[in-house]
Amino acid sequence: MKNKNKESRRTFLVRGGIGTIGIIALGSCVLTNPIRRVGLDMVENTVAPYIGKGTKANLWIEILQNNTIVLHSSKVEMGQGTFTGLAQIVADELDISMDQIQVIAASTDRGILDRTSTGGSFSIASLWMPLREMGATMREMLKMEASKKWNIPVAQLSTNNGVISNGSQSITYATIASEVEKWKLPKTPKLRPTNSYKFTGKPIKRVDLKQKVFGDPIFGMDAELPGMVHACVVRPEHVGASFRSADTSQAESMPGVIQIIKKETWVGVIAASISQALAAKRTIKVEWDIPKKWTEEGIRELLQVGKGNRMITQKEGKALDPEDKDVISIDFSSPIGAHAQMEPNGAVAAVEGDKATIILSTQVVGITQKQVSKALGIPLKNVNIIPTFLGGGFGRRLNTSHAVQAAIMAKEVGRPVKYFFTRKEEFQNDTFRPPTHHTLRGKLDQKGYLESLEHHYASGDVAINSVLLPGIVNSILGSDVGAMRGANIMYDAIENHRSVQWHTTLPFATSWWRSLGLLANTFAIESFVDEMCIKANKDPFEFRLSKISNKGYGKRIKGVIKRAAEISNYNDKIQNERAMGMAASIDSSSPCAHVVEVSIENKKIIVHKVLCVFDCGVAVNPDQVRAQCEGAIIMGMSGAIHEKMTLKDGQLYPTNYGPYDMALMKDVPKEIEVVLIEGADKPYPVGEPPMGPIAAAIGNAIRRLTGNRLTDLPLKIT
Amino acid sequence: MKISFTINDQQQSVDIEDGNTPLLWVIRDILHLKGTKYGCGKAACGACTLHIDGEAIRSCSYAIKFAQGKEITTIEGLGTLENPHPVQQAWIQHVVPQCGYCQPGFMMATAALLNKNPAPTDQDIDKNIVNVCRCGTYTRMRKAIHTAATIKQSNDQISK
Repeated sequence: MKNKNKESRRTFLVRGGIGTIGIIALGSCVLTNPIRRVGLDMVENTVAPYIGKGTKANLWIEILQNNTIVLHSSKVEMGQGTFTGLAQIVADELDISMDQIQVIAASTDRGILDRTSTGGSFSIASLWMPLREMGATMREMLKMEASKKWNIPVAQLSTNNGVISNGSQSITYATIASEVEKWKLPKTPKLRPTNSYKFTGKPIKRVDLKQKVFGDPIFGMDAELPGMVHACVVRPEHVGASFRSADTSQAESMPGVIQIIKKETWVGVIAASISQALAAKRTIKVEWDIPKKWTEEGIRELLQVGKGNRMITQKEGKALDPEDKDVISIDFSSPIGAHAQMEPNGAVAAVEGDKATIILSTQVVGITQKQVSKALGIPLKNVNIIPTFLGGGFGRRLNTSHAVQAAIMAKEVGRPVKYFFTRKEEFQNDTFRPPTHHTLRGKLDQKGYLESLEHHYASGDVAINSVLLPGIVNSILGSDVGAMRGANIMYDAIENHRSVQWHTTLPFATSWWRSLGLLANTFAIESFVDEMCIKANKDPFEFRLSKISNKGYGKRIKGVIKRAAEISNYNDKIQNERAMGMAASIDSSSPCAHVVEVSIENKKIIVHKVLCVFDCGVAVNPDQVRAQCEGAIIMGMSGAIHEKMTLKDGQLYPTNYGPYDMALMKDVPKEIEVVLIEGADKPYPVGEPPMGPIAAAIGNAIRRLTGNRLTDLPLKIT
Repeated sequence: MKISFTINDQQQSVDIEDGNTPLLWVIRDILHLKGTKYGCGKAACGACTLHIDGEAIRSCSYAIKFAQGKEITTIEGLGTLENPHPVQQAWIQHVVPQCGYCQPGFMMATAALLNKNPAPTDQDIDKNIVNVCRCGTYTRMRKAIHTAATIKQSNDQISK
């Protein structure tokens, strides 16, 4: 970890255009990081988390003949605004205008760019330096060629809007590029100071805004291939059920049915239309092996502090003596959460001979390519994954292995197949946010400040058993790095503090859900810290600030808490039947503090206002950073007050929007004020960190309104 | 059975075996208009909202046989880049979409609301705009709905 602040060494690759119309493409690679570091980086900091080979590119910038610049992005766009941020950065170093650049998710047919995933809020943070260097290098390459052509020193050339000028003559990037036969790569030029950028740091409108406002067919669900037919797959409704056999006789004679495919563990129904496929599927009688009908109590019994695999994830000073009468202990919990992303999972697949094309919404392009290649037994390079815009990701699409089923059906029926999950299947076959159980213990010193704080937490899988992190990373790290997000105590000046994980694999799939363990862990820790603060009769800001040092991220954490205190007009008293609550967190190096204003009407929790003070370093697009804060707050609020999956008669329930209660327009605050602090000179993760404090902040406000400490999510007034 | 209707101002006929086929799939898979989305199939999320004779309808739960003689508008017919609907103008102004998947449904629901109620209050919005957005764009959407109302009112004034 010694070199973590050093820029990664990068090599650049040049080649002829990527598409048929491109003239030249410049690629950048980030050299391989050891696997251990990758795992740790995802937890502790944001140095580019790549696994990549030195000779393979992660990004391509391509110049088209019409002087449009295309950025082939290894990262996909799922709403987080990454395409816009990447475009801004390239446009600034390459000296082009925003309407000259186009960002597309790179398909794998000309070399895989994405070897890991889009996730962890890392996209812009990790590509910040490579993109700036690439843009600058390409600009210099073009200037060098113009200098040769005109026989004028490079220093006398200027660039603007994709045109090189020497004072009297000018030439477009595309024209000069089309005349070059052999490119010379310059040393990476000096990067421009960030404050000289025209676009970076400005609230530029999203590059995909118009496509999304006019309903363009940009999602995986919208894809079509000639001769395409429609399919669905029979899935288990019970937790832990395995497929035994199926009677498909009636389905086979249903209108529109083309083929029924019976596999060892599943049945596929292929028909002329999706309605026909679904109708036929309803007639299939499946025999399932259901070893146990799981109940909510059964899951709770499994998932408890003290059960499962124990790992200390943080340890400073002494452990608390449970016999000590001054030790205060409170238990907290959070339920199973669904992703409920609006676009269901699915894929359009075509298989011809030993070649496969898969169009889909995915956060794991490279992994999906491998899965399809392995399942069909065809070379990796013969599988072209074409990622589309995602109708929401939130971690759900970090496992898109259903692409394999689409490919198998397409192969067997000999035609392109479109297949997707119904909403019920989404809700029952999600890779859920795991439920959690927490025990917080703490002790105040004589002055009424925390001298000991312990967080013991039990969680189902997040990173462990996911397709994203190989088992080896988990075994090296020893704990579930996803469940650990937000679990460690950020109050490093508390003399004794520790965090202990208890990991249990549950009988249904749990995995990455936006911000991973952060929402529940921060809820537990910050609710408890607040309770201790009330016991000590202290100001909640000062109580926290007193126990954060200036080491590490301490200054930035204190920065957001102090600013929140300054601008929130925080008051511990109930005013106009409303109370305020505050909480703070740090996730992936980005600290955040929330102050909320809450009232209770007819047992309904109403969040009137949220103040979010957030430090993500350089905000490449402040408007989109704000949008991410708003989204994270609303999704977190929905998790905090509304959402809960449960088990009924062995089935996960509910299975649709509505019954799965989520925050709607009527439930969300009319005012979310986001204050950005740029406490660092580079961008840090944005998409997930601002979710951290919201559940605790609301719970802390309710404590002041009612005198009761709510300890279980979703928060309910009884 | 043959069913004829107007969609985005164009006459259209489809020949379909099962009259109970949801309108959503006819629009998406036969007419190839992909702006209207599948979200839940049970009229619970609103991603498939379009207009039938000016009313906001959840097309996943509307049988095609009822579309005979109706006037249908989808997001593709709401406005164009050159001539955007006030709702689309407001959506652009406030940079509402994130992933964008639910947005056509919300814009169609909003456009129908403004036709009935040119100046909706926050309470009107809460009561009428009940679609689901997972990215959490609600706060911006509310602002955009008020802006769209203002734009539409001023357009209506001019055209009078």
